Amino acid sequence: MTEPAVKYIEGATGPWEIVLGLEVHAQVSSKSKLFSGASTEFGAEPNTQVSLVDAAMPGMLPVINEFCVEQAVRTGLGLKAQINNWSRFDRKNYFYPDLPQGYQISQFQFPIVGEGEVLVDLPGGATRIVRIERLHLEQDAGKCLHDQSPNESLVDLSRSGIALMEIVSKPDMRSAEEAGAYVKKLRTILRYLGTCDGNMEEGSLRADVNVSVRKPGGPLGTRCEIKNVNSVRFIGQAIEYEARRQIDVLESGGTIDQETRLFDSKTGETRTMRSKEDAHDYRYFPDPDLQPLVLDKAYVDAIAAGLPELPDVRRARYINEFGLSPYDASVLVAERETAAFYEAVAKGRDAKLAANWVIVELFGMLNKRGVGIEESPVSAARLGELLDLLADGTLSGRLAKEVFEIMIETGGAPKAIVEERGLVQVTDTGAIEAAVDAVIAANPDKVAEVRSGKDKLLGWFVGQVMKSTGGKANPQVLNDILRKKVMGE
Amino acid sequence: MTDLTDLDLTAARDGLVAKKFSAVELTSAYLGAIDAAKGLNAYLVTTPEQALAMAAKSDERIANGRARPLEGIPLGIKDLFCTQGVETTAGSKILQGFRPTYESTVTSQLWKAGAVMLGKLNLDEFAMGSSNETSAYGPVISPWRRKGGTEPLVPGGSSGGSAAAVAAHLCVAATGTDTGGSIRQPAAIGGLVGIKPTYGRCSRWGVVAFASSLDQAGPIARSVADCATMLTHMCGHDPKDSTSASQPVPDFGQSVGQSIRGLKIGIPKEYRLDGMPDAIGREWDKGIAWLKEAGAEIVEISLPHTKYALPAYYIVAPAEASSNLARYDGVRYGNRAAGRDLIDTYERTRAEGFGREVRRRIMIGTYVLSAGYYDAYYIKAQKLRTLIAQDFENAFTKVDAILTPATPGPAFPIGSKTSDPLEMYLNDVFTVTVNLAGLPGMSVPSGMTEDGLPLGLQVIARPFEEETMIKVASVIETAAGRIKAPTKWWRS
Repeated sequence: MTEPAVKYIEGATGPWEIVLGLEVHAQVSSKSKLFSGASTEFGAEPNTQVSLVDAAMPGMLPVINEFCVEQAVRTGLGLKAQINNWSRFDRKNYFYPDLPQGYQISQFQFPIVGEGEVLVDLPGGATRIVRIERLHLEQDAGKCLHDQSPNESLVDLSRSGIALMEIVSKPDMRSAEEAGAYVKKLRTILRYLGTCDGNMEEGSLRADVNVSVRKPGGPLGTRCEIKNVNSVRFIGQAIEYEARRQIDVLESGGTIDQETRLFDSKTGETRTMRSKEDAHDYRYFPDPDLQPLVLDKAYVDAIAAGLPELPDVRRARYINEFGLSPYDASVLVAERETAAFYEAVAKGRDAKLAANWVIVELFGMLNKRGVGIEESPVSAARLGELLDLLADGTLSGRLAKEVFEIMIETGGAPKAIVEERGLVQVTDTGAIEAAVDAVIAANPDKVAEVRSGKDKLLGWFVGQVMKSTGGKANPQVLNDILRKKVMGE
Repeated sequence: MTDLTDLDLTAARDGLVAKKFSAVELTSAYLGAIDAAKGLNAYLVTTPEQALAMAAKSDERIANGRARPLEGIPLGIKDLFCTQGVETTAGSKILQGFRPTYESTVTSQLWKAGAVMLGKLNLDEFAMGSSNETSAYGPVISPWRRKGGTEPLVPGGSSGGSAAAVAAHLCVAATGTDTGGSIRQPAAIGGLVGIKPTYGRCSRWGVVAFASSLDQAGPIARSVADCATMLTHMCGHDPKDSTSASQPVPDFGQSVGQSIRGLKIGIPKEYRLDGMPDAIGREWDKGIAWLKEAGAEIVEISLPHTKYALPAYYIVAPAEASSNLARYDGVRYGNRAAGRDLIDTYERTRAEGFGREVRRRIMIGTYVLSAGYYDAYYIKAQKLRTLIAQDFENAFTKVDAILTPATPGPAFPIGSKTSDPLEMYLNDVFTVTVNLAGLPGMSVPSGMTEDGLPLGLQVIARPFEEETMIKVASVIETAAGRIKAPTKWWRS
């Protein structure tokens, strides 16, 4: 594994290094909330998914949703992290209308998951190891709506109490690209595990980005935390802007104040949200309404036994067993669905050829149409059938592509298309010989040229024969015959 | 015919089943008594229509031979229990007009057992107090008066309305809650029996929270047997409360009158306080003698960390309360005092909605949880709590139950202790240890002061050994004789 080269930012006083750590809030895939039975479905009408507990009615008590605990453990295992057999819920106290209890139930001192790591593959083949500091469970807040009424703010509690996993990395990333790649990799792992849908547009995945800069090899600088950035692109923009801002401040003799900042996606800038002096005193203390979470080994082992193959393992398998390039392997494992599609195509077939077809032809077509693999007009089974026709010589590569185009339009079976349109490759030596003879007879001058050493002209002969056979001549057979007849080999 | 309200739970139940009177008649008698006792301010809300409807249903079931264990028994409910459709205020202005859409687990169980709801009982605001003087709806006047005197006395607190209502025969029995002594103290100075069960015995679901790790519901009733019967129907595992214990609930009534021969009773030397009134020491000695006479072995024990209990309690309880009461912000329910902006609205709402004592405890609680003070206060208090619990654990390796005074004195005049919160907090000196350790404790009347005010003793047992506690209390009750109810001076 090669570490990525450090990318410095050039300032007026010389190069600077960015140091980045991320706190990712991932919404747990669960039908009900962390401490209540209310639904978590996205896009509901305001305040339609609120239980008495979520609204913090007097005398209401939280009861842990065991499925969310299981999901957190599963995620921890997927991050190769320490699972803490004893963890505890604390109250984080502050007042805001979207926080009905006046406190958020979170895990402050004793998180359910401890240290782990994520391998982040970067373009160029380098890998960044991002260490995970912890993962803890906490409740999401509701939402204040400030644009519904001219003189009132309204509160929507449908999101209040939904389970989040806060995944905290160590400050191991050194560029916006690395941070983006880390979030993508994390999302891939979460989706493989089925513990978070990773949908950033719906807010299922959001990141707080900690940014500081330093002189190469120097001590860590003061960091600023950019809150709630909700796309990979914005994460990159926010980091670029913030690092440049900090360098400018430092180079003009200023100092960085530790503060919380907001990213404005319209201007691409960050601005102060609250300074350290205004920081809340959250008065954390153990939530007396809940018992500590105690997990026994058998429970954790059972979850571990049920884990799916994770992207890193799958990628290694593709490289080692299928002989794919690291790049191709990375592309195919990035989404669980893609990998599944690929494996269905590759099963019992030439794995490299299958990878090539999935990555180049299929992805190219899907990209052009702007649809995901689950909406692909060509199924894995059909694509496999097409590759079979290619393998048994029925189709040449060129014909196969032609058939693939028709499959996209009609969704038909390749065999039927081939038969219907007479696209079968000609491997009959006699027929090809006749065609070659005809071209030779019609072009004695060209034959002489080839024979005098211009063997590049052979390609011209191939083209002529293909033209006269409607592209159906088996290229391999045709090549052999041409060499024999023209070159006398 | 005797006044039906003078029948205790056991007698009322027998009378109903024997059809000597109907549940509607019994309920009507209570509704009449309540009307005639408005001056005591024990009830915040009465629910006569609901009560009569429930009673009529009880009569039907009795007629059909389908009577349930508490069929037709009229109860008063401390206004800390949420009751569906019935205003629930916690004694606070901030919840004025709040009608829950849900019923607390404990009260649901009582209704399922056939009991009848008469109404909601006054209490110290959010159960914070020992005299029922912090209620936003005015103090409760004790039905007890000093011999020959007319000075109004406190009923104790925070379940002051519950104790006053039971003592004045305004309900057969009542629910209470006990965070630091709020059942045992008012019961003791009201000549009644009160049980704070083991933490986790009664579901806290639907009970307005004061200090979650200490709060427990329990009954106040006229006799040990009545209290035991009530307790049986209040306890039970509730999956909606994560701190609820999944322990089987015995029929606690079976323990009444059982022998305590051979039982070892601990007498903690640290509970003999300097400056404790003679009467308190006398009652305690009387209790010791009764138990010895009944065949128990008296063992002197030490609970060395007792002196730290009050300070630890007054850190832990306000800390939890400061967080538990954050939800009363005027945003979703209860009273809102609109301000210039959000912060101003919060401040006005909470300044106007909460009384002095609640505000004081929120301030203390906020302070002890603050950065820089947390370790010195909250963490230290938690450590003390552990030490206090260990004191009891050690003691319970040597003894089966512990006998202590219930209160440091009898009922005191209204207004006499309100100027000094620390003096008021001393009321809990014998009871808070039990909450800190999560143990069951009960108070039982033992006698009267020279000027005619009731005093009680406290029995403490191991976790989930309420039966042992009830046996011991039952012996004391028999030896002391039932305390005669106060004369109904308020009726004239």
